[in-house]
Amino acid sequence: MTELDFMTSPQSGELGRFLQQMLLIRYFEQQVEERYRDAEIPGFVHVAIGQEAVAVGACAALAPGDVITSTHRSHAHALAKGTPARAVMAELYGKVEGCSRGRGGSMHLYDVERGNLGSSAVVGGALGIATGAALSFSLRSEPRVALAFFGDGATASGLFHESMNLAQLWKLPVVFLCENNRWAESTPLAQHSPITDLTQRAQAFGMTALEVDGQDVEAVYRATAEALAHARSAAGPVFLLAETYRLAPHNVGDQQEYRDKEEYELTRATQDPIAKLRERLALSDERFDELEREAEAAVADAVDFARHGTDPDPQTLLEDVYA
Amino acid sequence: MPETKTRFSYREAVRDAMSQAMRRDSDVFVMGQDIAEHGGSQKVTLGMLEEFGPDRVRNAPISEMALTGAGIGAAMLGMRPIVEIMYEDFLTLAMEQLVNHAAKERYMSGGQLKVPLTVRTQGGAGWSSAAQHGQQTEGWFVGVPGLKVVYPSTPRDARGLLWSSIYDDNCVVFFEHVQLYNQREELPEELEPIPLGKARIARAGEDVTVVATGPLVPEALAAAEQAEQDGISVEVVDPRTLQPLDEEAILESVRKTSRCVVAHEAVRRMGFGAEVAALVQEKAFDWLDAPVERVGACFSPLPFAPSLERACIPRREQVYAAIKRTVGSE
Repeated sequence: MTELDFMTSPQSGELGRFLQQMLLIRYFEQQVEERYRDAEIPGFVHVAIGQEAVAVGACAALAPGDVITSTHRSHAHALAKGTPARAVMAELYGKVEGCSRGRGGSMHLYDVERGNLGSSAVVGGALGIATGAALSFSLRSEPRVALAFFGDGATASGLFHESMNLAQLWKLPVVFLCENNRWAESTPLAQHSPITDLTQRAQAFGMTALEVDGQDVEAVYRATAEALAHARSAAGPVFLLAETYRLAPHNVGDQQEYRDKEEYELTRATQDPIAKLRERLALSDERFDELEREAEAAVADAVDFARHGTDPDPQTLLEDVYA
Repeated sequence: MPETKTRFSYREAVRDAMSQAMRRDSDVFVMGQDIAEHGGSQKVTLGMLEEFGPDRVRNAPISEMALTGAGIGAAMLGMRPIVEIMYEDFLTLAMEQLVNHAAKERYMSGGQLKVPLTVRTQGGAGWSSAAQHGQQTEGWFVGVPGLKVVYPSTPRDARGLLWSSIYDDNCVVFFEHVQLYNQREELPEELEPIPLGKARIARAGEDVTVVATGPLVPEALAAAEQAEQDGISVEVVDPRTLQPLDEEAILESVRKTSRCVVAHEAVRRMGFGAEVAALVQEKAFDWLDAPVERVGACFSPLPFAPSLERACIPRREQVYAAIKRTVGSE
């Protein structure tokens, strides 16, 4: 680990905003589970319950002009990057009003105007793209950074290693943010990685590595700000490891027969990032209930919007195959 | 003022298109293995490092997948990168990024993104490069919605089509053939862009249409000369762009000649020629006087031994024989 001199703290009030965003994501994901079980949402969906603090803390630290790439578990990243819940939900419903006009679905959320270059559902598949976005910033001398979200499972992929090597070799302004939720679908870290400390992956390339408690949104914010500052100063990329927990199945419908039930319940009870932040802010029950109701209402509105969305016209089927 | 003309090799024509684009436009750059000091394994980028510097003529590690991904990312941000893949056999290493990302980003994003990336590559048989440095892979890419595929056979086409590929807003896989690099042609200094998706009639004729790609274009022209001596007039159509395909040019020619041979160096089975044959029978069936003939490599890995390689890959003799079959004289 390299010492970094850039330190920052969220402004007062900002933590409250983080809580609101995390609650929005939590309620959004819970509604997605329900709407999916009721067969309103087609395809299949991966929710990010338990990983809200990573998405919110990291996206809050980004500057205007910075870009992200995301994964198959993409709803939290899109919402945290500022895409309205209505547009995300409408996309999950396959509607024209969706953030990808109904062409992408749950695993392919895009919002280029807001700096979301999209989510790749090939594990690790967007790491080259984030590296290339950073290459464009470098070639054009723009003070922008690309941040790639990916999971621990992706660190076994070839593209991860090639992209890390390339980014460090060319000192590109990219932050590789690994959300270690300890599961590659049903395969635990111990069965897919010969090392437990994933920052060692970065050391192999001589890359700066940071590690953060992914259940602590303030810590994620601060660590991401450090990583971004390092990358933005042309000092090279950063591997940022967020230790987090998937407090949900891999995808809705997964019975998690591979997971120890007791351990799972204990983790849910002790590693909830929202509960941690609530405690940190010492919120009254009244105030917290109020925030919960706000999030609930915003998500209900998004569901209503999506239900009343427009199905894409088959006449438009071949639009945008080519530019 | 008289137009200045210079003799360009196919190799120089490719280099000229890249260099002219890079002089005009700081968003164009090229990256690949051994392309800087060494000038590329086929010397296509020779001298470009000196003119444009190491940032824009970027030597890259042996990471075809990340390099292609980086090209996609830079293209998504509005640049016009060129990625050189040393041998088309190695496109396999970049295939995931090309097929799942370059081809689909625009569609999956509902039209928010463009990927103006050009992936240049080369290869081809005829010099005992064996099974991993000589196969023709263009047929794998023409079936991917969202990708464009270009395969020039002359210096003029190489230059004009590469320019159009660089300035196309889609990902273009641009195939060059090792046996064509030293072909020469007189070209004006000023680059003439050639639109993608337009075929070229390489030779006009009346009796048989040969639709040929890459090195099979000069081979088909040689076969046509030979057939001429037998009193058979052959038209050679070079699609130049395989995706999108200039279907009308092919059909127009077949409607005139009533006979069709499709010739490429890639394997015959399941090849690009099968699509052309299907197109012709679907849309020009009533004009046909003979079955569509297909000429292509045998269905085996490309062999090393010269005797085996010669037996596997098609050249003018096989095209000539196919022409003769369509007129019922063999």
